[in-house]
Amino acid sequence: MLSEILIDIQGLSFSRGDRPIYRAMNMQVQRGKVTAIMGPSGIGKTTLLKLIGGQLKPDSGKILFEGRDIPRLSRSELYQARKKMSMLFQSGALFTEMTVFDNVAFPLREHTKLPESLIRRIVLMKLEAVGLRGARDLMPAELSGGMARRAALARAIALDPELIMYDEPFAGQDPISMGVIVRLIRELNNALGLTSVVVSHDVTEVMSIADYVYVVADKTVIGEGTPEQLRNDPSPLVQQFLRGEADGPVPFHFKAAAYQDELMELTR
Amino acid sequence: MIADRLQRIGHSTISTVAGFGRAGFMLFGALLGKPDFRKGFPLLVKQLYVIGVLSLLIILVSGLFIGMVLALQGYNVLVKFGAEGMLGPLVSLSLLRELGPVVTALLFAGRAGSALTAEIGLMKATEQLSSMEMMAVDPLRRIIAPRFWAGVICMPLLALIFNAVGILGGHLVGVEWLGVDAGSYWSAMQANVDLYQDVMNGVIKSLVFALVVIWIALHKGYDAVPTSEGISRATTETVVTASLAVLGFDFILTAVMFGG
Repeated sequence: MLSEILIDIQGLSFSRGDRPIYRAMNMQVQRGKVTAIMGPSGIGKTTLLKLIGGQLKPDSGKILFEGRDIPRLSRSELYQARKKMSMLFQSGALFTEMTVFDNVAFPLREHTKLPESLIRRIVLMKLEAVGLRGARDLMPAELSGGMARRAALARAIALDPELIMYDEPFAGQDPISMGVIVRLIRELNNALGLTSVVVSHDVTEVMSIADYVYVVADKTVIGEGTPEQLRNDPSPLVQQFLRGEADGPVPFHFKAAAYQDELMELTR
Repeated sequence: MIADRLQRIGHSTISTVAGFGRAGFMLFGALLGKPDFRKGFPLLVKQLYVIGVLSLLIILVSGLFIGMVLALQGYNVLVKFGAEGMLGPLVSLSLLRELGPVVTALLFAGRAGSALTAEIGLMKATEQLSSMEMMAVDPLRRIIAPRFWAGVICMPLLALIFNAVGILGGHLVGVEWLGVDAGSYWSAMQANVDLYQDVMNGVIKSLVFALVVIWIALHKGYDAVPTSEGISRATTETVVTASLAVLGFDFILTAVMFGG
């Protein structure tokens, strides 16, 4: 029986230069569930995904993926682990010099020795799943933003990973493609038995698909639970974030000297 | 005040040395390990086309004109001593020893080097390199290595083409226009040009320049700040740094090869 917890983050600390991003953070991702990580922009949500993917190394703490500590893995072990996870980047990050078809075929051609006829079938299946089978001969530059993200999603599921990480999947999408992506995340998660981690600040969308939500701010987790539990969370910071209030524990004003003093300075 | 200045000097020294270190690691990571010819060869061929074949036009045109100008200027001096028969050696030696490798490297830095930096910088900015890493494909091996080898293979060949076209250009002006005897143009050239001393040293020079230019171009792209401003700065830096490095190395190599 596989362990229920796919990713277990324990006491994670990470800083960029002198600026601490995370301090002693704990987080767990359940296998087969959609786990969302929400928080204001600029607090390093993407950084967290890169830490899980082993692209960045934490200052201290453990990031266990299937029980193995990602930062401690050797290079080849890390590459083996990465074959089981995939990441959907905010921009899609399709390879601009290849067609959509070749983009989706890329991980298959790199990591398997399957014959081209079988690769073609797999690619068409993945493209069908995201509704872009007809767009297979287009170049990434010819796709709209929403289509590019769906094509990237097809590429991300090409190798049937255990884990898929979505970096701001809803950012900058029109309502229709937003709806398409929300549906895709949920359906892929159920149909393929994936584990999904969604990083986002779009409260409504996230609350509608997530099984479990972490709210991250102030370098650590400030609230967690199912969407229902979170709505009843007593923390004012969580409530400010969920309701999108401009002022509250997260101040509207960037840190500055007292207003009056600065105004008076001019007249002096 | 003095402490401030010292600190700034120290800071820029450290960041320069760190840059060298990152460039070294990048090249090390790209070239180390056993090559996979089945996957690598098609990538190399594509880059040979992009880096080499597409640079041909500028190399051909520049080579032709530099050869013609050399012949014109050389003739004007040589004719005063009645030595216009030595025009062949003058044109060919100037090209083989110096102008061929150096001008090719400068043009290559401007044409192919800047394009490489911009391409890789843009791949970084659009997270293509990151996503490749997350797909367990090493971008150093997949993106950097084929471009590096393509550059190293192309540049000496381009320099040789530049030389050949330049010598033809010299012939065009010297013999066809100014009336130098065709026989003496070619025979004096044949008598005065040595395969090892002149031709091979030129090839060695352009091989060194190739390493320098392509390494700088790839590193600047790979190390670029992933914004539009960062990429434009990296592209400029590639052309400036690579050109200066080529001229510097040219002096050192000339001193070693022809100084003694």
